[in-house]
Amino acid sequence: MSAALTLEGVHTHIGRYHILQGVDFDAPGGKTTMLLGRNGAGKTTALRTIMGLWRASKGRIALGSTALNGLAASDVARLGVGYAPETMAIFSDLTVKENLILGARQGPLDDTRLDWIFGFFPALKKFWLSRAGSLSGGQKQMLSIARAIVEPRALLLIDEPTKGLAPAIVGALIECLKEIKATGVTILLVEQNFRVAVEVGDAVRVMDNGRIVHRGDMAALAADERLQNRLLGLSLDSHQ
Amino acid sequence: MSVLDVGAALPRHRMEILPALTPVLVAVVAAPFVGSASTFLTLTAAGIAMGMMIFTMASGLTLVFGMMDVLNFGHGAFIALGAYVATLVLLPLASWSATDSILLNLAVLTLAGVAAGLVCGLMGWLFERLIVKPVYGQHLRQILATIGGSIIAEQLIYAVWGPDQIPVSIPAAFQGSFVIGEAAVEKYRLLATLVGLVVFAGEMLVLNRTKIGLLIRAGVENREMVEALGYRIDRLFVAVFMAGSALAGLGGAMMALYRGQVHATIGAEFLVLCFIVIIIGGLGSVGGSFVASILVALIANYAGFLAPKLALVSNILAMVVVLLWRPRGLYPVSGR
Amino acid sequence: MTLLSGDPSRGRALQILVTLVVIALVFAPFLFPGAKAMNTAAKTCVMILLVASYDVLLGYAGIVSFAHVMFFGVGAYGVGLALYGLGAGWGALFAGLGLAILLSLALALAIGLFSLRVQSIFFAMVTLAVAYAFNVLASQLSAFTGGEDGRSFKVPAVLQPGFRWLDHPLFGVQANGKLLSYYLVVFVVAAAFLVLLRIVNSPFGRVLQAIRENPFRAEALGYRIVFHRTIATCVSALGATLAGGLSALWLRYVGPDTALSFSIQVDVLVMVVVGGMGSLWGAVLGAALFVVAESYLQDGMGALAGLAANAGLPLLPALFDPHRWLLWLGLAFVLAVYFAPLGIVGALTPPEGKGRR
Repeated sequence: MSAALTLEGVHTHIGRYHILQGVDFDAPGGKTTMLLGRNGAGKTTALRTIMGLWRASKGRIALGSTALNGLAASDVARLGVGYAPETMAIFSDLTVKENLILGARQGPLDDTRLDWIFGFFPALKKFWLSRAGSLSGGQKQMLSIARAIVEPRALLLIDEPTKGLAPAIVGALIECLKEIKATGVTILLVEQNFRVAVEVGDAVRVMDNGRIVHRGDMAALAADERLQNRLLGLSLDSHQ
Repeated sequence: MSVLDVGAALPRHRMEILPALTPVLVAVVAAPFVGSASTFLTLTAAGIAMGMMIFTMASGLTLVFGMMDVLNFGHGAFIALGAYVATLVLLPLASWSATDSILLNLAVLTLAGVAAGLVCGLMGWLFERLIVKPVYGQHLRQILATIGGSIIAEQLIYAVWGPDQIPVSIPAAFQGSFVIGEAAVEKYRLLATLVGLVVFAGEMLVLNRTKIGLLIRAGVENREMVEALGYRIDRLFVAVFMAGSALAGLGGAMMALYRGQVHATIGAEFLVLCFIVIIIGGLGSVGGSFVASILVALIANYAGFLAPKLALVSNILAMVVVLLWRPRGLYPVSGR
Repeated sequence: MTLLSGDPSRGRALQILVTLVVIALVFAPFLFPGAKAMNTAAKTCVMILLVASYDVLLGYAGIVSFAHVMFFGVGAYGVGLALYGLGAGWGALFAGLGLAILLSLALALAIGLFSLRVQSIFFAMVTLAVAYAFNVLASQLSAFTGGEDGRSFKVPAVLQPGFRWLDHPLFGVQANGKLLSYYLVVFVVAAAFLVLLRIVNSPFGRVLQAIRENPFRAEALGYRIVFHRTIATCVSALGATLAGGLSALWLRYVGPDTALSFSIQVDVLVMVVVGGMGSLWGAVLGAALFVVAESYLQDGMGALAGLAANAGLPLLPALFDPHRWLLWLGLAFVLAVYFAPLGIVGALTPPEGKGRR
């Protein structure tokens, strides 16, 4: 279950723009790897490229020993990759239940797993039959993550889950991410909130201008304020 | 606000009821002008029947557009094709239509409808693969390609069936009218209404109660996320395209019988009406197109009786008024 | 051509082809004697203007409209009904044309302001519905328009076939009003075509193309999208109205089939795409090819159908039936959309010239 994700020399073009310019990094199996960097550094594009929503024009992406590059998004998902995008992309005309049914591609919803999820996100149980579009922003984020983990996955790609959330919800989310990691999933997490990154991250990769500029342990980066400033600049302060 | 705050009240989502009531509203407003109750009843029944036939033709189109942004100008060709395929059953089995046996009458109608649906569904598959798929995601080329496809399809219809209209007749048991008081309601109109309701109920069941239906609705809202959950949306889309084409064919067959003749121009004529209906209903919304179909047909009928010249442009006026009121249609779909 | 427009048609083959078409049209009455040839040539001229004005919208501005033939119809009915109702004078002709132009402008403005703000697909559907309603209106208001039968009318005396302006034939051609009519058509079409050429190659035309390529960037650069698109719609509508007026004048008849039918709209689309979107020269080639095919392809198909029938082949006789010529053009149309999105012009233009797209 805990296969590592590796990217080697990945380039992505969107229209005329060359966004990823040779991205090399790995996300160790069963760990949570933080992908940090300024706005526009290419973090979201990296996740979308791994997911198969953008096509890598060059390079290799692999989960364990399986190559992901060139696969359609649906095939990537079938290899056990869960995705919670920055936009959350919940289906707002569908109910909470229906959203989760679609997340469970392989079969019917598993009650034990649902109860485990409700443990982190009780609101989802309460609004089980409500239209997802009527949930609050935080609840939508919960639903997006719940949909990504409603089945056991090998790899989770989560894009800025704490964006715009109230501090109390962020706390709950941190607990949730820790518990998910405990099940042995490899997690790649894009985050702007440095506090969250320090709490949940094992490894850290920093991007700038479509390249990886730093690879290391999260704890080491957390302890080294000068390195933080050099890599992430002042932009992170505003998010703390 | 917080997830921990389970007690927080969720604003209850209520189905907006006003748009659904617009046909009723129109009927209520028109009633005093029509005057005679029996005329009003006849007009209304005819309008509902017409609306149901239009809905049968249009409902697939709105989903096809909603899922893949495909504006299919070839849809009209399927309406016409359905009508012609129905003649392949109706003409050889004319004796079944002529007998008094209601069972044989129903059998020939069912056969004609099923044949129209099947052939159009299969042709829909071919059309999607050959015409629509090569230009996915490119609006202009897609519009042009489907127009080209519709030219070819129409010419093939002429090549096979000839340019003249073919008369068809409604089976004996469904000719004539029920008389309620002084109002006469044609039997065939009731049948058409019934078929339209069954189609609507069937679609609603599939869309709300099956996983395929959930995927279709999800796909209308966010096609990419459906892919990212591991589903092959292109296969789903082909299925929807085929179903939409089959329903267009069924609707075309029903309309041809209603008119008593089949001609290829039925395609272009109802394609325009289908566009108007799916715009009014809200692109991608089956429920919206259901309401819009009835609304458009009722308005056309009342206007045709009260001010025949106005009836010619009543569809356009209805569209303009609805769009001024609700710019994205009666029931806009989220994310569109 | 370069001098006149600042937009040279690129590629030798293309230049030769365009030149041939122009020569053929200008000298048609002398090169191809006979009424049919002259009708074909006149129709080609009218179509060139109609297609070129449509290309301003489709090819340059990237707007899909199905109401173009409606403007053509406005022009045709304007001229036709004026000459029918007010008598065959130049005053009536210009009054009709003037009113038609005003009506076209008003309609184009209304459609543009109502729906150009929204998605292009929406615009396509709305114009289709409006054009359809207009067509129905023209057929049904028979007291005014003549309904399905349309109206036949007399044109000003000098344009009538009976009018002789020379006693002897000119290079073997009767020097009558028909000849004058033909050259009136050629002259007006040529003038209008050059005006359109100027417009699309002006800064305004380049802004249109910028908007087509990337609306968001164009807006960020400060161009007002709705304004530019509405102007393009109006220019295109004016061209179509003029073409409609010429068509009515040439045919001395106006009716739904010749002025408003949706099949004309489809024909125009085929001509633009086969000729080459985004190049007015494509309109010349597309229209010429189409009209010639419509007039002469059918003979060839009839021969083929006869052959197939004699050989006892199934279905082929029906497919080669002269009436099915549109089938083959439709096929060419779809193939052009897939494989040659820039039509004949794109195929004949050397690669380095493609930067203009």
